[in-house]
Amino acid sequence: MNIFIDYILIPIIKIFIVITFVFVAVLILIWIERRFQGFVQSRLGPNRVGPQGILQSVADALKLLTKEDVVPHQVDKFIFNLSPVIAFVTALVVFAFIPFGTEFAIFGKKISLYLADLNVGLLFIIGFNSIGVFGIILGGWAAKSKYPLLGSLRSASQMISYEVALIMSLVSVLFFTHSLSLVEIVKAQQEMKVWFGFIQPVALFIFFVAGVAESNRLPFDLPEAESELVGGFHTEYSGMKFAFYFVAEFAHVLFFSALVTILFFGGWLRPFPNVNWLSFLDYIPPVFWFLGKLAFFVFLFMWMRATWPRYRYDQLEMISWKWLIPLALANIFITGFIVILVK
Amino acid sequence: MNNQNEKKELPENYEKIVNKINSIFSTAIIEKKFDRGELTLTVKPEFLIPVAEFLKEESELKFNFLSDICAVHFPKEKKFEVVYNLYSIPYHHRLRLKVRINEGESVTSLTRVWSTANWLEREVYDMSGITFDGHPDLKRILLSDDWEGHPLRKDYPLSGEEK
Amino acid sequence: MTKTYLEHTKEIIMNMGPQHPSTHGVLRIKLWLDGETVVKSEPIIGYLHRGIEKLAEYRTYTQFMPITDRLDYVSAASNNLAWVQAVEKLMGIEVPRRADFIRVIITELMRIANHLVWLGTQANDIGAVTVLLYCFREREEILDIFEMFCGARLTLNAFRIGGLANDIPPGFKEKVKNFIERFPKYIDDYERLLSENRIWLQRTKNVGIITAEEAIDLGLSGPSLRASGVKWDIRKSNPYAVYDELEFDIPTGEVGDVYDRYKVRIEEMRQSVRIIKQALEMMPEGEIRAKVPRIIKPPPGEVYHSIEAPKGELGFYIVSDGSTMPYRVKIRAPSFVNLQALSKMIEGHLVADIVAIIGSIDIVLGEVDR
Repeated sequence: MNIFIDYILIPIIKIFIVITFVFVAVLILIWIERRFQGFVQSRLGPNRVGPQGILQSVADALKLLTKEDVVPHQVDKFIFNLSPVIAFVTALVVFAFIPFGTEFAIFGKKISLYLADLNVGLLFIIGFNSIGVFGIILGGWAAKSKYPLLGSLRSASQMISYEVALIMSLVSVLFFTHSLSLVEIVKAQQEMKVWFGFIQPVALFIFFVAGVAESNRLPFDLPEAESELVGGFHTEYSGMKFAFYFVAEFAHVLFFSALVTILFFGGWLRPFPNVNWLSFLDYIPPVFWFLGKLAFFVFLFMWMRATWPRYRYDQLEMISWKWLIPLALANIFITGFIVILVK
Repeated sequence: MNNQNEKKELPENYEKIVNKINSIFSTAIIEKKFDRGELTLTVKPEFLIPVAEFLKEESELKFNFLSDICAVHFPKEKKFEVVYNLYSIPYHHRLRLKVRINEGESVTSLTRVWSTANWLEREVYDMSGITFDGHPDLKRILLSDDWEGHPLRKDYPLSGEEK
Repeated sequence: MTKTYLEHTKEIIMNMGPQHPSTHGVLRIKLWLDGETVVKSEPIIGYLHRGIEKLAEYRTYTQFMPITDRLDYVSAASNNLAWVQAVEKLMGIEVPRRADFIRVIITELMRIANHLVWLGTQANDIGAVTVLLYCFREREEILDIFEMFCGARLTLNAFRIGGLANDIPPGFKEKVKNFIERFPKYIDDYERLLSENRIWLQRTKNVGIITAEEAIDLGLSGPSLRASGVKWDIRKSNPYAVYDELEFDIPTGEVGDVYDRYKVRIEEMRQSVRIIKQALEMMPEGEIRAKVPRIIKPPPGEVYHSIEAPKGELGFYIVSDGSTMPYRVKIRAPSFVNLQALSKMIEGHLVADIVAIIGSIDIVLGEVDR
């Protein structure tokens, strides 16, 4: 009986909750982005469907579900159908390893707020996320048309460049944690009583920029830039397949914001743990701190999208190879040096 | 064309232009007209390129900007007038150069004097059917490549020809 | 034909348009690409050809006026001005001063409106989507002013041969004054978003360079030519209307790249505000229309009149045979001639730059194709 509850029922409930959370969060994110971008641009966003337009994304999802799935006749059908699935699945699966808060007890059972905690969690997450690149490359290639091909090639080179920068910026964080498990990383920040973002600002900056590039958001959204290549790699997709790519992009935004929160901003820890007169903040469950910080970084993503122009893809590559990677390398060396000195 | 205004006196700077051309090409100018503040010179077709180059290079004329090329059809005399509107950016003066040809004749292309003549002459060919010798790429520009007829000729009806 | 891959790679021929989100109309460009670099290009036009020059031979001079609106539909009043002044030159009519001043105010407002559309679309193509909406918000105010003046927002048909149709309504001067007092702050807003932004600089500096000699040879005119360093503005060199009495500067660039064209147009907007301010103060009382015969029958002859339209030199060559309808009308459209320079500008650049360069030449297909 215990085995059933521990190993089957609880994980299933957790899976259900995580998937629901990601979907609902993506829907809300899309709504927030459209409204926020509208306000920045001196106009209202969608505000008719439901109170304040909050059901707009639901309406869009229903529309995409019922839309005709146009498949051009020259495509490679198997890969054409497979690519959005790859992008979508990889974007979702990584949420299984993100810890949302500390453990708490229900009915005497200790339940941890994450689906799984691998001791190589960080490595696995980044690796799995990289597989998502295939979804984009194959999608553009399978369409057998020039515009998507160019888009997917650009995307491939962009993502490969920024993967390297991403991982290198992480290495300097690992000097302090001695573990790749995400839960351990947050616990290390708790022990050290300082969030890694404050002692590793360079790594934070590089990670954030690389994250924006990985998720194909402005100012790095050239692979899907509407004004240049019509639609980039998803030109030939319609209906639900297009929805998969769309959801995958927003899931990426959520994912990278979550990673920044966990790695650099203390995950579910509350700010100022040492200040005693703020101890009433302890009554707020940690999961809300996590979600609050997550929301802040998602807001940063959207703010950049509303404001800045986009980089040309060769300038984009230059930023990664000429600036971010050398900077990350220098950061690793300096950090390691200082850590050895202090010890 | 009405030559009634030929009796008007040219202002000094325009007189200078005409004299300069006459000093080099004594037989080139067939007709000169000064009307409504604008000088128009009609030259013989074989003198078109030399006069154009002279107008462009000569230091006190410096007509380095070709504003426009146009063709006017006179079906009664069975002639075309090809009109070149020139402008000098350093000296701010304008000049109109004209060449009169019979229907079916061609004109030398001015693309080697002013590159802008490329598209302007293509449009003249497209609309009026005049061919330009020496043009690098003379094909239709505004109408589709398989169009038949040249719409700005006076014998082309407004509503197009029925096929 | 292809040899082995190591020895010879074939260029791909790619087609941009005529339906494309950022070619500013129905423009088709055939590109020969080596990877993502443009080796050769050929613009193909004519998708919006409506036979306007042929139509002119079957309309009276007054009837043709609304058709000129449809040439450069983004800045309609400039086309009106060029046509009306060409006919007045043909007939030898002198326009009363008050009408001239009002014409200048309308034309300069139109120049600002045109540059706002240019800025919004260019920024949108490069990715700064917010600037598009800000520019159109200001343009709305200008269109409201036009509606107050002649009842139309876009295709104005604002002027008449000999002057204007109606005098300015009460409240017009205050509304224009109110607008030009607030507008320079908006230009500063756009500049704050773009001019120093590193991404914008990287996308526009040294992109699409054309030298002054090449530009003059290709017939480039307007802000694109001034950005290459040629200080030529028809309002100063061959003044028309009352421009010789107004004080304003001509901005020029140095390099002739997309950034310089951007800077020149931004500065032109500021100079237009200056012109409007002076025109409002100096506007005299008086007639708004000269004595013009009821039926317009210019004496036989020809005339070529050009003005400094927002896009370049807009000229009308009219041949009159003494009847009520012109014998031949030729429209020298700046966008048509400027577009010729496109091939030269995008040679050697990447596909991503093409969009920025097309935006910087500021073409409107209504004018290109007529």
